[in-house]
Amino acid sequence: MTRMRVLVRPKAGILDPQGQAVERALPALGFDGVDHVHVGRLIELDVADPSRLAEMCEALLVNPLIEDYEIVES
Amino acid sequence: MSAEAAAPHRALGLTDAEYELIVEQLGREPNEVELAMFSLMWSEHCAYKHSKKLLGQLPTEGPHLLMGPGENAGAVDVGGGLAIAFKVESHNHPSAVEPFQGAATGVGGILRDVFAVGARPIAVLDSLRFGELDSARSRYLLERAVAGIGHYGNSIGVPTIGGEIYFEGPYEQNCLINAMALGVAEHDRLIRSAANGPGNVLVLFGALTGRDGIGGASVLASAELAEGDADKRPTVQIGDPFAEKKLLECSLELLDRSLLASLQDLGAAGLTSSSAEMASKGGLGLDIHVDRVPLREPGMEPFEVMVSESQERMLCVVEPRLLDEVLAVCAKWETTATAIGEVTDSGRLRVLSDGEVVGDMPVPALVDDSPLYDLAPAKPSAQIYPAPPRTLESEDPRELLPALLASANVASRRPVFEQYDCLVQSRTVRRPDEADAAVLLLPSTGSADGVRGAIAVSIDGSGRRVACDPYRGTVEAVLECAANLACVGAEPLGLTNCLNFGNPEKPHIAWQLTESVRGMADACRALDVPVVGGNVSLYNEGPDGPIYPTPVVGMVGRLPDAARAGRLGFARAGDAVAFAGPFEPSLPGSELAKLRGEPLPDALPGFDPAALRTTLEVVRDAVRGGELRSAHDVAEGGIAVALAECCLAGDGLGARIDFRGAGERLVEQLFGEGPGGFVLSGSRPALAAIARQVPLTFIGEVGGDALALQLDDGAELAWSLEQLRAARDGGLAERIGP
Amino acid sequence: MKFGVLRFPGSCDEVDAQLACERVGEAVILWHGDTDLQGVDAIVVPGGFSYGDYLRVGAIARFAPMMESVIAFAREGGIVLGICNGFQVLCEAGLLPGALLPNQSLRFVCRQVDLVVEDTRTPFTNACEPGATLSIPVKHTTGCWYAPAELHERVEAGGQVLMRYAPGQNPNGSLADVAGVRNEAGNVFGLMPHPEHAVDPLTGSVDGLTLFASIREHLGAHVG
Repeated sequence: MTRMRVLVRPKAGILDPQGQAVERALPALGFDGVDHVHVGRLIELDVADPSRLAEMCEALLVNPLIEDYEIVES
Repeated sequence: MSAEAAAPHRALGLTDAEYELIVEQLGREPNEVELAMFSLMWSEHCAYKHSKKLLGQLPTEGPHLLMGPGENAGAVDVGGGLAIAFKVESHNHPSAVEPFQGAATGVGGILRDVFAVGARPIAVLDSLRFGELDSARSRYLLERAVAGIGHYGNSIGVPTIGGEIYFEGPYEQNCLINAMALGVAEHDRLIRSAANGPGNVLVLFGALTGRDGIGGASVLASAELAEGDADKRPTVQIGDPFAEKKLLECSLELLDRSLLASLQDLGAAGLTSSSAEMASKGGLGLDIHVDRVPLREPGMEPFEVMVSESQERMLCVVEPRLLDEVLAVCAKWETTATAIGEVTDSGRLRVLSDGEVVGDMPVPALVDDSPLYDLAPAKPSAQIYPAPPRTLESEDPRELLPALLASANVASRRPVFEQYDCLVQSRTVRRPDEADAAVLLLPSTGSADGVRGAIAVSIDGSGRRVACDPYRGTVEAVLECAANLACVGAEPLGLTNCLNFGNPEKPHIAWQLTESVRGMADACRALDVPVVGGNVSLYNEGPDGPIYPTPVVGMVGRLPDAARAGRLGFARAGDAVAFAGPFEPSLPGSELAKLRGEPLPDALPGFDPAALRTTLEVVRDAVRGGELRSAHDVAEGGIAVALAECCLAGDGLGARIDFRGAGERLVEQLFGEGPGGFVLSGSRPALAAIARQVPLTFIGEVGGDALALQLDDGAELAWSLEQLRAARDGGLAERIGP
Repeated sequence: MKFGVLRFPGSCDEVDAQLACERVGEAVILWHGDTDLQGVDAIVVPGGFSYGDYLRVGAIARFAPMMESVIAFAREGGIVLGICNGFQVLCEAGLLPGALLPNQSLRFVCRQVDLVVEDTRTPFTNACEPGATLSIPVKHTTGCWYAPAELHERVEAGGQVLMRYAPGQNPNGSLADVAGVRNEAGNVFGLMPHPEHAVDPLTGSVDGLTLFASIREHLGAHVG
């Protein structure tokens, strides 16, 4: 079993109000020089066959219409 | 060795004297498991050590009462064989540490109390108090608490239909989050929590047990908050409304199928308090096998299993022959269920781990024989609260009304209540801002004329005015709640209360508490409304001092015809506007006095509760008879604010009001506060009929797009509806977003 | 005629939907774990928080056994109405175009809104007056309808937008004020507002009744 991670983020160009909210909040707390914030999701899992992970993403874990994803080994 | 290492009981919040008492009750020193369980059961939050004696004063009998204090929730008869179960509870200390989860789990907990008696939850209301909105911390607490309440209530499909929010300096370090829930059940479906039938099985069902809240609500609620309270963060419980929705449906199906002998929810102090209370009410004993409890975390110690405050769990007692069916129903609802113990006739609560007894205590010692303390009240020689800061910019009478409408305690709460689903379950007859109380349809009883009965509910508390006068301020709060019900045409059936106070070991706080409970008892008797249950939250103090003494009252009433539920807004040009009393406006302790930065007075003016009750009933009957177009009681900001609210409701309709003869007392008459005033609109004959029964003055007429007050010497004070709406809608929206 | 209203773990407004449907016909609850559609004439996928909105709204519900039956029913031209969470489930199931994103305000919003009916010649809107507005409440956190530019163009060109929020009343930032869309074939319709909460004069507007009456009209059935 391999521990894998799927990082899911809103597709580029899509409205991301959570990302915008965070982008506004950081300077208000005194952190400048922050840009292009996007808020997504992390899915962590142990898989016997990592090559099937992309299929799992397409089938359930991600909505390809509005999200992009990246598969990373943990 | 430190004092605490030598005396672990002190670290758990027990005094030396209490420890000695435990040793006496057990006949030996307690072990780790027993000490942990006693420390929770004898905490202020669970044992009501400083308040139980006082609470005995409250009237708890009434013709509509079905279940009084002592059960998970109280219940009243609403006719047609139906009962409404309801209760209010606080979650103050957890919310100050983590407001989203604190408020969410507060809602979760009170919902469980309601379905634990067999009632389907049909509504939530909440009473919230924070520091002033110019504090970033208070804005943060408000936003997160509202988000938490919305998250839990909306997800579980129970509408949040009412509430109140106040902002005052003394709540800056100790916010108040009081959540109320109501449920409906047929009379014969109400179930009690007393364990019964030695030999019966104890079943735990719901979520898995983890380390949530270990030492949580009980530890937090029994101690003043101090610096470094971020360390208490790990003890905050995390709620899962989806799990609770399944738990709710599962519980109701179990009850529907008559599969349970008794039912209890798990709240503060987890398995410890639930099992102890079940055993105590039944006069029996319980054996609990902690190794059978399904865990979310590996390697939990027996004492951890007994004190865990993991949410969304219930305990039930089942006859052995019905156990399989119970487990099958739970499986259907994807709810874990496990037999974890037995009811015995030993009168003892025994904790076993892999067959070995790791705790063995007499049940009375844990519950009924917990120490109870007398208070040592002493009226303070001077006002203990500082004057609020002045925020009013101008004393020009033209500016006062917009200033009040825009002030945090008066402004429109739309930015908050729109975050709550007020519609799910299709019962909501009056939504927030439509009337003085929320109104919900009762299930149809199939009456031939198609008339649907309804219930009304309001939650009202008072802080600053109770600080001015704990006795009269509390009576006012109870009357205000009844007045809100009257304005929709409802007769009060029962009351639940949450008493939020500072440290009762301090004489001036003990005095506040004693006077407030005395006031509540007198007010309930004056109205003939029994207390069905409630909650006490003490030790709400920080380094800067105590909160205002804050009794919060939730009242449920009934109206026979939902179609005749009252509204607060003016609705037809040409309607007469009248004012019913008796009402004596007074400025000390009012919202205007607060904006002016005036010190709090040492007392509030007296009034006659019996006369107020008469007016209340006359208004109620007029609303029921369909004779009034609108009814609105006078509260913060006095008559002027009440009139503005009547004008702004719905699409908005102005009014011309006669204020001649006020002379020097104009500001006092416009903005003075007190109990017993009602702004009514309708036909002249209908209002004249009321005038024959109670003091009533015709003051004007509905119409136009302004609120115009005629003054002496042809002078006039007028505001366009646009100006008033901008002030009222902007008040909160500008500080926390629309 | 008979409506079937789905119930998932976490559904909230399924009973409300059933009550609304019962004002124009019969209605049964269809449990997510079953597959038998019980011979219903139309299906309603209701509002709520199916499966706790875990992973993504509607993402898990769309795999329920009952949804397989619903998808088959829809592919054969059966009438399917998705309300709020139901709309989300139908988008995840590929029966409707686009997706629902979090409200722009990032807050839950419960509010009565006016809807403009764009097309009254559909199974869901034939009982509405042309040019009418309907007063219906919304209550959701994830109601901002979105489609990538190309898809959006096709949806608009195809006249698939059946309802929009009236000017100035868009509560969630939805693209082009879209409140509800149909599929190309016209037998599946999803909307964020809750028509089932606008059917009883005691609780507010009754404009929502027109959607249910339209479905009955379309199916040529009579009140049971």
